[in-house]
Amino acid sequence: MDQTNDPPRRKFLISRKIDKAFLDLHKVYIFNASIFREMFSRPFEFREVLNQFYEVGVRSLPLITLTGFIIGVVFTNQSRPSLATFGATSWLPSLISIAIVRALAPLVTSIITAARVGSNIGAELGSMRVTEQIDAMEVSAINPFKYLVVTRVLATTLMVPLLMLYTVLVGLLGSYMNVSANEQTSFITFMVKVFDAISFLDLFSSIIKSVVFGYTIGMISCYKGYYSSKGTEGVGKAANSSVVTAIILVFLEELISLQIIGALRNM
Amino acid sequence: MRKERFVIDYQDKVISIRGLYKAFDDFEVLKGVDLDLYRGENLVVLGKSGTGKSVLIKIISGLLRPDAGSVNVLGKDVDKINRKELNALRLKVGFSFQNSALYDSMTVQENLEFPLKRHDPSLTQKQVNSFINIVLEAVGLGQTADQMPSELSGGQRKRIGIARTLILKPDIMLYDEPTAGLDPITSQEINNLINAVQQRFNTSSIIITHDLTCARETGDRLVMLLDGQFQRQGTFDEVFSTDDERVQAFYNYNFID
Ligand SMILES: Nc1ncnc2c1ncn2[C@@H]1O[C@H](COP(=O)(O)OP(=O)(O)O)[C@@H](O)[C@H]1O
Ligand SMILES: [Mg+2]
Repeated sequence: MDQTNDPPRRKFLISRKIDKAFLDLHKVYIFNASIFREMFSRPFEFREVLNQFYEVGVRSLPLITLTGFIIGVVFTNQSRPSLATFGATSWLPSLISIAIVRALAPLVTSIITAARVGSNIGAELGSMRVTEQIDAMEVSAINPFKYLVVTRVLATTLMVPLLMLYTVLVGLLGSYMNVSANEQTSFITFMVKVFDAISFLDLFSSIIKSVVFGYTIGMISCYKGYYSSKGTEGVGKAANSSVVTAIILVFLEELISLQIIGALRNM
Repeated sequence: MRKERFVIDYQDKVISIRGLYKAFDDFEVLKGVDLDLYRGENLVVLGKSGTGKSVLIKIISGLLRPDAGSVNVLGKDVDKINRKELNALRLKVGFSFQNSALYDSMTVQENLEFPLKRHDPSLTQKQVNSFINIVLEAVGLGQTADQMPSELSGGQRKRIGIARTLILKPDIMLYDEPTAGLDPITSQEINNLINAVQQRFNTSSIIITHDLTCARETGDRLVMLLDGQFQRQGTFDEVFSTDDERVQAFYNYNFID
């Protein structure tokens, strides 16, 4: 190369790292904006959306049933001694149902979905990126963003709240098993106490929370997979950081929603 | 074994590129590339790994944007048209990927149906099947429709990838390293297929390769990409009759152990 006397080009506004962080933030913003734009424009990928409903919803049921049930049993059993000190074990159903509906079900469902579905999406889209399948869609004039990303985000956004309600059911069932074995409470009594304890706001806010969690999981894992770096290690990284990032964000959102819902309760 | 010469219309440019420049961060890949592809022609782009050959055809198909210069494909400037026009153009430009890029989760049949049904929803299943038979037969793989891509050999995957682009009846074919990673016999079969496609489907093609056998067998004309620019062009013999060390090194590497 021949030498020139031009001053070196100024390449970064602040530093390479900080510039990149802002660029990434911008990229995430564009990604989200595109999801909403493409979600409401034709053609709708009905078939692929149904596929993903099945993939995210139905195929998570075994794992959710197992974990939801066990959490119901364990949480009830572990709470009993402290209530027993006050002779208040009859409060168990109320305590457990509040805990499950307000916090446990949304969180557990989201963590399980992030672990199972998030890593799947990250790896699947990542390998499609690396093996140029996404490019192949693009050059045959198929919109890969709509076909791959929007369908998956829709599926997690709608399925996580449904799965959450299901977790509530199996969790309460597990709790009832434990309560009926120890306190000989009838199912009717148990359910009456449960429904006395939980309010409409509890259920409603948990559903909204789950929608947000579901969207977060789908969006993050699609983002990680869709922009996976080349090479096989890129796929592994995409799968892994899908799960980690999604779970961290879900907990942060939980913390924020605690403040918001707390404020609503006090209104 | 020279291929049958084919009527090339040197009055009709299907691709015309002027002053194409592309860099990634401060790494300059293409530094002022000019290129014309004539109707009916097989143009081979030679170059070492990492010289920007794939970048060039990705720009042609609108997967990457040029930093400067004009890229005209079938009368349209790819970086100036809107998404709808670009998609219409893309249907006329077939892209055969280096690793075939078959959709893993779909059978061969579904791989072929996927683009076809989407762009012509009015087709009956019977018509779809007949198109699929035509292209599968053209690539010599009539019996594979129900197989998964993972069950195919590298050469078969390549063929299915080519069939998947042919099913949209492209005017232009872009082949990214069509023989990379294949044994010499399979490579030769792919070379023959590229020529057969040119004849049968009247395509104009850009074939990107560092395989000189492929270049000699398929190319009507060759250009060599060196240091971000096209340094030589002509027939195979013309390109290599030079003292330029870089060109000679390329030749020796391919033909002498
Ligand atoms: N999307 C991209 N981002 C950053 N660098 C890229 C990108 N695509 C290609 N490059 C770089 O450009 C150079 C040329 O790449 P490529 O066109 O794939 O080479 P080849 O001639 O082997 O096909 C390589 O050094 C590659 O690292
Ligand atoms: Mg390449």
